[in-house]
Amino acid sequence: MNARRLLFRRRKEQVFLAGLVVMTAMALFPFFQILSLVVIKGLPQLSLGFLTRLPAPAGMVGGMGNAVLGTLTMVGLASAVSIPLGIGTGVYIALYATSRYAAVLRFIADVLSGVPTILLGLLVYGLMVVTMGSFSGLAGAVALAWIMFPSVARSSEQMVLLVPVSLREAALALGATRMQTVVYFVLPTAARGLTTAALLAVARVTGETAPLLFTAFGNAFWQNGLSAPMAALPLQIFIYATSPYPLWQAQAWTGALTLLLLIVVIHAVARWLTRARQ
Amino acid sequence: MRSLSIASGVILCCATLTGCGLVPSPAFLQPTPPKGLRPLTGAGSTFDYPLLSRAFYDYYNEFHQEVNYQPIGSGGGILQLVKGTVQFGATDVPMNNRELALAARTGGAVLQIPITLGAEAIAYNLPMVHHRLRFSGPLLAAMFLGRVRFWDAPAIVALNPGVKLPHWPVLAVHRSDGSGTTYIFTNYLSRVSPAFSRIVGTGKAVLWPSGVGGKGNAAVAELVQNAPGAIGYVELAYVLQTHMPYGVVLNRAGRYVAPTLRTATAAADAFAELTPSHFSIVDARGLSSYPICGYSWVVLYRHQPAVRGHELRRLLTWLVTTEQARASAVDNVPLPAVARRLALQQLGRMDD
Amino acid sequence: MRKVSQRLADRTFTWMLRLFTFSLFALLGTLTFQLAEASSQAWNRFGLSFLNGKVWDPVRGVFGALPFLYGTIVSSAIGLVIATVVGVSVALLLTQYAGRWVAGPVSFVIELMSAIPSVVYGLWGIFVLAPWIRSGLAPALNASLGFIPLFRGQIYGTSLLTAGLILAIMTIPTITAVVRDVCRAVPDELREGALALGATRQEMIGLAVLPFARSGIVGSVMLGLGRALGETMAVTMVIGNRPQIVASLFQPAYSMASVIANEFTEATSPLYLSSLYEIGLCLLLVTTLFYAMARVLVWRVERRARGTLL
Repeated sequence: MNARRLLFRRRKEQVFLAGLVVMTAMALFPFFQILSLVVIKGLPQLSLGFLTRLPAPAGMVGGMGNAVLGTLTMVGLASAVSIPLGIGTGVYIALYATSRYAAVLRFIADVLSGVPTILLGLLVYGLMVVTMGSFSGLAGAVALAWIMFPSVARSSEQMVLLVPVSLREAALALGATRMQTVVYFVLPTAARGLTTAALLAVARVTGETAPLLFTAFGNAFWQNGLSAPMAALPLQIFIYATSPYPLWQAQAWTGALTLLLLIVVIHAVARWLTRARQ
Repeated sequence: MRSLSIASGVILCCATLTGCGLVPSPAFLQPTPPKGLRPLTGAGSTFDYPLLSRAFYDYYNEFHQEVNYQPIGSGGGILQLVKGTVQFGATDVPMNNRELALAARTGGAVLQIPITLGAEAIAYNLPMVHHRLRFSGPLLAAMFLGRVRFWDAPAIVALNPGVKLPHWPVLAVHRSDGSGTTYIFTNYLSRVSPAFSRIVGTGKAVLWPSGVGGKGNAAVAELVQNAPGAIGYVELAYVLQTHMPYGVVLNRAGRYVAPTLRTATAAADAFAELTPSHFSIVDARGLSSYPICGYSWVVLYRHQPAVRGHELRRLLTWLVTTEQARASAVDNVPLPAVARRLALQQLGRMDD
Repeated sequence: MRKVSQRLADRTFTWMLRLFTFSLFALLGTLTFQLAEASSQAWNRFGLSFLNGKVWDPVRGVFGALPFLYGTIVSSAIGLVIATVVGVSVALLLTQYAGRWVAGPVSFVIELMSAIPSVVYGLWGIFVLAPWIRSGLAPALNASLGFIPLFRGQIYGTSLLTAGLILAIMTIPTITAVVRDVCRAVPDELREGALALGATRQEMIGLAVLPFARSGIVGSVMLGLGRALGETMAVTMVIGNRPQIVASLFQPAYSMASVIANEFTEATSPLYLSSLYEIGLCLLLVTTLFYAMARVLVWRVERRARGTLL
């Protein structure tokens, strides 16, 4: 009787594990299919010329050099503003705010990260583009920064909360101020999590199309300072993917491949840095 | 932590400085500096994008002036012109009186210049049918109204005797975004079918009683290609490039005509007069006229600051004359004489 | 002396952080204000009937938002039900069963999945997912579960079901990542205690891990919901874009974010534009409402969890 019960429990365990494996396979399958699609369609056109040349009209071979540069510029600018801002906000929510204020802040951050990004693009369009009388790379960067900010704040708060309370108490007991506790103990301890959080946000905005449509606008030429229209990789992909010309469509896939490679590199660097530290 | 912050700091600073133009980009990233010519910006129709991207590429090589055109949609082009963020817009349907009044408040009178001509093909997905199918205006209206529900319905068989049609449901695919393509198609259907005119009407975005919508020509083409039994209206360049089967359409003269550069020109030539308010060329007379065609337009303010106005006039004059010879390379129809006359006459009214 | 400057620095730091948090208010405030201002014309014209209006007809200037509300909520619900089951399973496999050499790469792939731009998901949706649903999944569902109205009717490839599935795929990484972190935080004493009492791993998960992780799971669903409600490009490409309310999941529908993306560039009449802004405002309100509901839920779960643990 007991033996049979044991057997039954072991079977249950096996079925459960098999279920988990099947679920995981289902979750991963689309990724590999998407990846292979992008590589098969995009790789043949990938070359140094693609990454350094300007786009060319239909029927001629061009590249997306200006779009890659524009994306790096705008994402870099947006990160430079929103990552410190977001981490600061996250620290405040986790360690400083009263529980009621923290709940309010969390709530707002969650709501904002659920708003479709196109609306933030329209907001920046109204605030900056119309008043300045021109589309600009700066407006694109601001839109991306607004998109990153709430999600960085929310995820860095969670990372900071994972730091053991005992560590903070020990630092405070040694006579450190709250600022010193945060800067020298909490942030370094949470560095791994914070980096992941920030990089996830960076990777997410790198592929944003909709908010750039009415801010950065796109440019067929090299960028001309921050106050002029600026090209972006996702915009160029979107335009080429919806064109009738096979050569452009192929380049759209190559652009998607470039974008994915860029994202993979960001992730790999993050992994390498956090691992090197341990 | 330290190495991490240093690395990310360096990357961010580089990106920021490059963006601000403080750090010179590598030599191969440098454009030839345009001497005294500020870049021009335009926006609008996605249909015009292949033509205009080619034209402005040539223009930069000849005159060393950057003209940045972005395909954000026809209505977007009009909206941006009104908001003053672009110097010119491009649209598949000329601005109507309401839009002109809106623009008059911010920048004064608007000039509308025809720049190219397009035709719309009726694409379908019936793998077993090897004949080119025949359609008529009333039949298309009935199919898009959801009244002809199967491909072997008598209305379709009557036009296509001898063709073996399957008992598949008709899946009408339309544009989900507002577009000049939809305007031209609904304009045609409303012209030939009172029922369609009453139930749906003419517009850039309409309430379709049946079928599915795709965003942009490319999405409509993909939906048609992926769904057996589908039918959709797609710009000619897309069906030519994707080698989708498309039908011939009965014109006013009682002939079945395929959309080509030649039949579109014939339709345009059938109208002796063209103005921004009488722009429709659907359901044209003439033996070889294709019935679903339309012009595309550039819109800009009549009053321009001195240098800019001069530059715009030179650009657009070049676009409607010299550059038209290259239009057929990107499956665009060269501008007929009547349209070129209107374009030059409009440009002559420019104040600069 | 040193004490004073330290105190000053400390106080400055606190205020700096507080200022940072104000920018959250500023962002929400300007967004709400701009949407409200831009949508005032539609509000004055239609009032509350905008929300329960079933007709969206730009030609006749009649605008009602109900079909978009329906499409958004139903597709997100389908997506989240699937994503929660799959996401929690993956997280459990990663934390409770898999060794390092499996967990590492799988985690990395899951992270990358959240980084794939939605346009790319949309392309995959059109080329792979929609045809498969039309010729594989939907007929099978229709044959086996056709007695439920949800799985009846004419089958389209681009439909509510397709949108729901693509949302599931896109929210799985979010849910997995959060649940994984929460499961890792389960105290070893609890897990080991359960195992020491002779529980199998599956029983240990039921006894120790899931009760501990419950609020985390609900929280992850909230995060996923945020992503699903606002997702634009991928949904636009597969939902079929037809403003209608039908029971069948095989039929095309429309979502709030999609209609903004599709029609914003072409809306040149002020009322039309204003109506689109009002949809944006509705979306903001819906998101807020759902978060509020989910918050209350988490709060209750947490309270109950505390009750059982202590």
